[in-house]
Amino acid sequence: MLLEVENLCVNYGRIEAIRNISFTVDEGEVVTLIGANGAGKTTTMKTVSGLRPVRQGTVRFEGQDITSTPAHERPVLGIAQSPEGRGCFVGMTVLENLDMGAYARADRKTPKIKEDRDRVFGLFPRLAERRSQVAGTMSGGEQQMLAIGRALMANPKLLLLDEPSMGLAPKLIQQIFDIITEINKQGTTVLLVEQNAAQALKRAHRAYILETGEIVREGTGQELANDPAVKAAYLGGDV
Amino acid sequence: MDLLLSNFWAYTIGGLAFGAIYALIALGYTLVYGVLRLINFAHSEVFMWGSFAAVWVLLALGAKGATGLGLVAFLIIGFAAAMAVSAAVALGLEFVAYRPLRKRNSPPLIALISAIGASYVLSEAMGLRDKPFKWFGADDNLADYVGRPREASPLPLDVPTVRLFYIFDYHVSNIDLIVLGSAIVMMVVLDQFVQRSRLGRGIRAVAQDAEAAALMGVNRDRVIRLTFVIGGAMAGAAAMMYLLKIGVTRYNAGFLLGVKAFTAAVLGGIGNLRGALLGGFVLGVAESYGSALFGSNWKDVVAFTLLVVILLFRPTGLLGESLGKARA
Repeated sequence: MLLEVENLCVNYGRIEAIRNISFTVDEGEVVTLIGANGAGKTTTMKTVSGLRPVRQGTVRFEGQDITSTPAHERPVLGIAQSPEGRGCFVGMTVLENLDMGAYARADRKTPKIKEDRDRVFGLFPRLAERRSQVAGTMSGGEQQMLAIGRALMANPKLLLLDEPSMGLAPKLIQQIFDIITEINKQGTTVLLVEQNAAQALKRAHRAYILETGEIVREGTGQELANDPAVKAAYLGGDV
Repeated sequence: MDLLLSNFWAYTIGGLAFGAIYALIALGYTLVYGVLRLINFAHSEVFMWGSFAAVWVLLALGAKGATGLGLVAFLIIGFAAAMAVSAAVALGLEFVAYRPLRKRNSPPLIALISAIGASYVLSEAMGLRDKPFKWFGADDNLADYVGRPREASPLPLDVPTVRLFYIFDYHVSNIDLIVLGSAIVMMVVLDQFVQRSRLGRGIRAVAQDAEAAALMGVNRDRVIRLTFVIGGAMAGAAAMMYLLKIGVTRYNAGFLLGVKAFTAAVLGGIGNLRGALLGGFVLGVAESYGSALFGSNWKDVVAFTLLVVILLFRPTGLLGESLGKARA
């Protein structure tokens, strides 16, 4: 098991953002967490990447307990996140942003970095065209690509994607999801948080549904996509 | 007006030299603001402690009267002592006054109070330094170091003023050259460090988005310590330059200079390194012209009027606000 989250509770002050959730991600999978606004999806992601302190429960990565490992040590273990709202370094160029993705790598001075950069440029030709452009001057879609590409530059075992489709035009959403599928085929495990439940369920091997901080359903992407209750609540009928 | 016009280059170079001192101190304000969104009001005292470090180390080494290469060596030692002590004091401030508050998630206002408090503690510790020495029975040999704590301490170095070459009608001196030259070298090195090195990029990343920087593996606490050390070292260099220009330091020398340097940082756009440099030079030159036009008593009035006028038209300062947005 690559990632095991067990009985996790996370608070914001006195508010319980996540109550006792457990889920797993196996190597090679795309797993998605879907749910409405405020269900605790982003909090879950930030807890896995170490940005939020855990009140109770454990997070294990490759069998190792990382519950209290600081966020800045997790990229070394093989966890990279493209955060909600992209979080690009707006004053840096595309190339500098990608280099930041490789900041923690021990082999950052080897030709391997260039190979990985070429891989990112292969997935996102748009970034190659704009390599010297300052990130803050790019469109939302381009910044989203940059955030995903930057996370890939860490050469992660587990890629955390938080709302990669947020604020994008429908055509671009399709494209981003195609690329996520491609990244997974190239061997990277993906944990995906999405509001676009239709696309997320279509792409994911397995899915969990979060409601007000608790996991209420789980199953394969297909099972949940065909479940009438899920359809009514999250898919609005059109898949 | 005639005074300014007839001595235009003298006032310009003099203003630039003082501007360089403001600029180097301003870097410390702007760097720490960039990564912590905190105005480190105790930074002025970091400067003052550096100036005393230079004075005391040179006193201990018997630098007075040295000439030729010996004088050059003592100048370098003076810079090194001031930079090392200022960096250490700045780092100490982070550990004692700021880090504990940050770990408890205290609101920014609390850190500001802590900064003001630390500033007074550092200043008065220097201004009352004879007291603790007396408790421990210090003998008269230390009088040069701890005696007359509230009076000016002179730089124990005889640097003759040598006129080197002309810029138009102004005869540039060796001191102008040391101050401006070393300031510019340090600014270029720092700028390149922040632009090109991995750690420099880490500083910019934390300034632009601290959470995203953590996700990249940047250790924020380490970056914060680094900015205090760099800012402190720059203030220490400024302290040595100040001693070369003014000749003396005292326990409260940091206050006005700190306010001026902070003004320079805001003028250029706080959080922006190149802004701090530009702000320092603009402020230094404006002050210099102001004192030529209205008399030297008026130079502070001119400086702060300039600040208010510029901020009325450009609220984010000359080069805009952030360390990141304007590309460091």
